[in-house]
Amino acid sequence: MAIKSYIEAVTEALAEEMEADPRVFVLGEDVGVRGGVFRATAGLIERFGEDRVMDTPLAESAIVGVAIGAAMAGMRPVAEIQFADFIMPAFNQIVSEAARIRYRSNNDWDCPLVIRAPYGGGVHGALYHSQSVEALFHHVPGLKIVAPSTPYEVKGLLKAAIRDEDPVLFFEHKRCYRLIKGDVPEGDYTLPIGKANVKREGTDITVFTYGLMVHYCLEAADIVAKEGISAHIVDLVTLKPLDKDAILEGTARTGKVLIVHEDNKVGGIGAEVSAMIAEEALFELDAPIARLCGPEIPAMPYMPPLEKFYMLNPNKIADAMRKLAEF
Amino acid sequence: MAQILMPQLGESVTEGTIAKWLKQVGDSVQKYEPIAEVITDKVNAEVPSDFEGVLTKILVEEGTTVAVGTPIAQIEEAGQQPVHADESIEVQAENGESAEARVTTEGLSRVKEQTSRVDVARPRFSPAVMHLLQEHGIDPSEISGTGLGGRITRKDVLAYLENRQITGRVQLTKTEEDLSSVAAPTKPATGPITFNETVQPSETVSAQPQNQLAQTLTGRSLREDETAIPVTPIRRTIAKRMLESKHQAPHAWTMVEVDVTNMVRFRERVKDEFKKKEGFSLTYLPLFIKAVVESLKEYPILNSEWAEDKIILKKQIHISIAVASDDALFVPVIHHADRLSVLGLAHAIHDLATRARAGKLTPADMSGGTFTVNNTGAFGSILSQPIINSPQAAILTMEAIVKKPVIMPDDSIAIRHMMNMCLSLDHRVLDGLVCGKFLAAVKKRLENMSADSIRLY
Repeated sequence: MAIKSYIEAVTEALAEEMEADPRVFVLGEDVGVRGGVFRATAGLIERFGEDRVMDTPLAESAIVGVAIGAAMAGMRPVAEIQFADFIMPAFNQIVSEAARIRYRSNNDWDCPLVIRAPYGGGVHGALYHSQSVEALFHHVPGLKIVAPSTPYEVKGLLKAAIRDEDPVLFFEHKRCYRLIKGDVPEGDYTLPIGKANVKREGTDITVFTYGLMVHYCLEAADIVAKEGISAHIVDLVTLKPLDKDAILEGTARTGKVLIVHEDNKVGGIGAEVSAMIAEEALFELDAPIARLCGPEIPAMPYMPPLEKFYMLNPNKIADAMRKLAEF
Repeated sequence: MAQILMPQLGESVTEGTIAKWLKQVGDSVQKYEPIAEVITDKVNAEVPSDFEGVLTKILVEEGTTVAVGTPIAQIEEAGQQPVHADESIEVQAENGESAEARVTTEGLSRVKEQTSRVDVARPRFSPAVMHLLQEHGIDPSEISGTGLGGRITRKDVLAYLENRQITGRVQLTKTEEDLSSVAAPTKPATGPITFNETVQPSETVSAQPQNQLAQTLTGRSLREDETAIPVTPIRRTIAKRMLESKHQAPHAWTMVEVDVTNMVRFRERVKDEFKKKEGFSLTYLPLFIKAVVESLKEYPILNSEWAEDKIILKKQIHISIAVASDDALFVPVIHHADRLSVLGLAHAIHDLATRARAGKLTPADMSGGTFTVNNTGAFGSILSQPIINSPQAAILTMEAIVKKPVIMPDDSIAIRHMMNMCLSLDHRVLDGLVCGKFLAAVKKRLENMSADSIRLY
């Protein structure tokens, strides 16, 4: 098995799917000649031509609108929103059209569309290049949301998303792109959308998290392990639908739950996970459910010390872990 | 302090068994909210609270049977909580309930102000800890907490339980002699069962012969190639009923053979349309019951029961039917079966069977039967000797319909659909002659069932 970076896994999944299925094409700003601003689509236009790797105008509503039309007409578009922060002009297309087509046409039409969107901070991207937008879509029935944390999951889940008959939002944490490397099997494989993964077994506290925070939580778990605290870490991987079985099982494991995400706390994914546990696993709880999230301010500052203040890190997470373990 | 009483869940019900507490001590309870599950007459029903407040005491343990009207729990009604936190402490001290460490919501906020006192006198438990304490009946004062401020954590309880198990095992060997004088358990086993070879229950035989049998079996030790299955309350009820019926009613048994060819053809013709129209399949059972009900009207003595000094003739015809699941047998009742058409019977059967399998039968569904029709043919039986559903006087089984060569009245041989009907009768009430006439009447009706004679709708 080859060691690949997170972004190489994206490229590999796209190339393999385009190779295997002529209906698959990619579109977005600079995805063609430039190969994507992060180089996720590098080499694709040379391989598949400009009919299947389309540079679009700087108009997110058009990118998603075109992709929805193509998907309904039988194609399998993979639209790229260069930064998730700029997905808002396409929000109406995604929520009012893509998410509802199957339901409102009584199954006559569907919308096999994937929207890839790099999100998240810690890259000196400042306000408009650092946001987490997953919770804005989490409320919408008809959408699937995937936010993988490892190259292995990126490849398997992006392939599964492209083959899925319904719209999938595929959030890639941009700090993971070149930071995170891991084993990626050669050739074709998919992973099921809707399954969480246990990333570390533990007995004292259970942590639910996703994206870049998975790696920070694993580091934090190493730190507190030296103090005798054993953390059980569950990567949610798919944010919608949430893997309820894994969440309840993880809760039952230790009775003490910490939810960690970079997105701010109010109305975030953690709120839904927390409510699910409160509703269905009350008698497993040995402590109040704890959440550690980004601060309740609009978004990330550019100034490095302030960015550092905004972002979670392994030390902040280790503190939250200690506090919960002591309870 | 208000009391919840064991309700009367049906006309003839005199007692009920608490199957499960849905609320625990300290839980707040809304008016009409279910607080416990009760088993009577082979069904589970929920007992609603008559009051709004906090459950303060459970008076009847799970698995215990008590008479209707017995207090089963105490509720501290809303709006009547003690005014001062100190008072509530006193109340609980009087009760001497160390497990009552949980406080009412109102009391809690007041007590919070006197934090130091709370930590010492009444620790607060997380749901997981409370759950474990109650499940295993542990006194929390025996556990030392390792959590923040000495809080007892889930791990503390689990560690305590592990320790107790080890010491518990030691104690068991010490008291083996005492165990030999313990009578057979009266409530179903819920936990893992341990069998002890030194237990000799035969020394504690009581007067009832069936108890003797039960006790001998209870004491039987397991061989390595055997597994023990705990007896569920429903299984226990079935066993009790069957034993009583077989003991009390002298069973006699008779069988007739019926040519149901016409009926089978009739059903073949209408079943597709029926399924389309009604949404479920037309079985033979409603047709059988139609014939039985009409014959019961002709021979009403079959629809009766033995009452020592008299025979009680029932004017209304309520037909019990048997619905089996893998591990239990339910006998719901089609009330006023004589007032229903074949279609009405089909719907009633479908409804009862569906609800029986979903565990949604009510005590009313299960009571009042006057005669039982059992469709044993449905699982391929061609002959059975049913046990009477006491206090009814008789039970009729409809066996499998089988194609057979039959000699016809004109001496020709034909392939006909044949079925056996088996009747078990309480010989105290019924004799062979009237039963023979009754069976002949049912037989005649079934044999004459055809498109001309049956009105389905």
